[in-house]
Amino acid sequence: MTIKKRPAGPALISLSNVQKHYGDYHALRGITLEIGQGEFFSLLGPSGCGKTTLLRTIAGFEDYDSGTVMISERDMRGVPANKRPTNMVFQSYAIFPHLTVLENVAFGLRKSPMSKAEKRAAAEAALEMVGLKGYGHRAAHALSGGQRQRVALARALVLKPKVLLLDEPLSALDRKMREQMQVELIKLQREVGITFILVTHDQEEALVMSDRIAVMFEGEIAQCDDPEVLYRRPKSKRVADFIGVMNFLPATCREEGGKRLVSVAGLGEAEVAADQSPEGFPQGAGSVGFRPETLTLLYEGQVASHREAPAVIEEVVYYGDMTYYDVRFEGVDKTVRISMRNIFGRDVLDVGATVRVSWSPGALVVFKEGS
Amino acid sequence: MRIGERLHQFFRSEKGVGLLLVSPTALYALLLLAVPLIAIFAISFLTQTGVRDFEPGLSLVNYREALTDPLYRQLMLRSLMVSGLVTLITVLLAFPIAYFVSFGVKPEHKSLWIFLITIPFWTSYLIRVFLWKVILGYNGVLNSGLQAVGLIDEPLTFILYNVNAVVITLAHAYAPFAILPIFVALEKIDRSLLEASRDLGESRTMTFLRVTLPLAAPGVVAAVLIVFIPTIGDYVTPRLVGGPGGLMIANMIQTQFLRLNNAPLGATLAVLAMLIVAVISILFLILGHRAAGGGKANGGRK
Repeated sequence: MTIKKRPAGPALISLSNVQKHYGDYHALRGITLEIGQGEFFSLLGPSGCGKTTLLRTIAGFEDYDSGTVMISERDMRGVPANKRPTNMVFQSYAIFPHLTVLENVAFGLRKSPMSKAEKRAAAEAALEMVGLKGYGHRAAHALSGGQRQRVALARALVLKPKVLLLDEPLSALDRKMREQMQVELIKLQREVGITFILVTHDQEEALVMSDRIAVMFEGEIAQCDDPEVLYRRPKSKRVADFIGVMNFLPATCREEGGKRLVSVAGLGEAEVAADQSPEGFPQGAGSVGFRPETLTLLYEGQVASHREAPAVIEEVVYYGDMTYYDVRFEGVDKTVRISMRNIFGRDVLDVGATVRVSWSPGALVVFKEGS
Repeated sequence: MRIGERLHQFFRSEKGVGLLLVSPTALYALLLLAVPLIAIFAISFLTQTGVRDFEPGLSLVNYREALTDPLYRQLMLRSLMVSGLVTLITVLLAFPIAYFVSFGVKPEHKSLWIFLITIPFWTSYLIRVFLWKVILGYNGVLNSGLQAVGLIDEPLTFILYNVNAVVITLAHAYAPFAILPIFVALEKIDRSLLEASRDLGESRTMTFLRVTLPLAAPGVVAAVLIVFIPTIGDYVTPRLVGGPGGLMIANMIQTQFLRLNNAPLGATLAVLAMLIVAVISILFLILGHRAAGGGKANGGRK
């Protein structure tokens, strides 16, 4: 998958040092962020991290204490939600129960200079775009969850906003529907070219859909990068832990003759590149992280492409297409998870087996914090 | 299967248990509501000749009299006018209060406000009506107060023993009945709908008109019916504060039954009043259903 980089030029949305308190609670701690035109941007974090507050701040539903929110180079302070070039898809979808589907979609067109027939055509076109052609006359209460969400999308997109804000839009759908909607949303975003800002607590969803992701903890942005960088080079252990599965092992770090050397428990010593320690290369005790898929169990006759270390299998979790092995390296007291694709003809190994594990120094991420 | 066994099984089924549970209430309603109603309807076709004597045979004489005599028509129209006015005033005043409690009061204080609104019920209805006499009277609180501050020179007389007094008293008495259903309807509105309306470009006022009001319509309809139906038949208030010009149809029904010994005509007036109220209420229900968007959406999920 190719990663779309943020297009050059002025940012469409630009936040600088936005602060927000709810009484004693510090909800947003100096958020600074730029989001470009046409970007699919995600705010990712656990519940209570301030991602929804931030989204509502951009939408104009929340006041903020200090800082600036600019949309299209216009300061949004004091601009109410109905005067902002943003539209929102609410978590509850907020479909008006007293209106039909078509009336819901055309709700925001009241003040548009279009004629009645044109408004109707625009609303119907929006419905068609989200795959609800011919549903216009239906009552809002007669829709399923997925259909409600499509109506909410059509209702927002028909107004051609500069920014579409999505507040956990997929969390109420079942897994199959969610995956289908993820793909549809990406396609839709490419089609309309509108900037999407998605709030989600689901890291997988964020990785699948976004051009860039801002990971938030406790009202702060911990890291803002494209999905691949975020996954491969997390800036802190906390981000690493939140996005996917990350194994951590204690390590001793030292610099020698311009080389960055880490001595990892159970794996041995290796040289790492500068970008493998995003928070700076520590001296002395630290830790290294590596993803389960960067390790490989070596079967008889296979040779490690980089390095190898002996280990004992402690747990086997079979997933059909994948098998997860929890292995323990020699001299280490914690297990490490390895994910292996189940290739036809390759046996699933048993608990207790001694295996050789292939690993690559390039896949390590070095953290200052111990494991 | 034997009948006893079947009965046993029926009364253990969900339907049977439900029937058993509602039967005391149903019996009560039957004896105290349905039977008297049927009796009134039957009596309305009789003709009274003495204190307890009725002419044998049914006739429509009473209906002819009730529908042609201008006195009855005037009383009926006045009743409709008074209860219509009371309903209008009550609902118009109740809506802002309900709105305030629902939208302006912190969630943890709402039940306290609702409790405060029901406080008038702690005093008997009769005493509240008498209190209005004290307030509105010639030497009443209102007149002496206004005179004391020099706003008027002579006591106002148009506020007691006429239709105005009836309207004021009834509107006060029924205010809580109107506030509660509107409050419940407003509470049920998902607040994200209001945000969605703002987000889609509507101002506060337009959001109120396009979202809040239609969604509150069921509560408003309930409030209208709850106020309109009992006030049209109220006879205590007109009797106590209405004076001769403020009497309503219920007073005439009472007079026919208890003073003029003409129960059949009283029954006829009662039946006609019920019919008129029923027709108006049904019309209003349909109107409210339309306002709430119920008439628009046809066809459900297929």
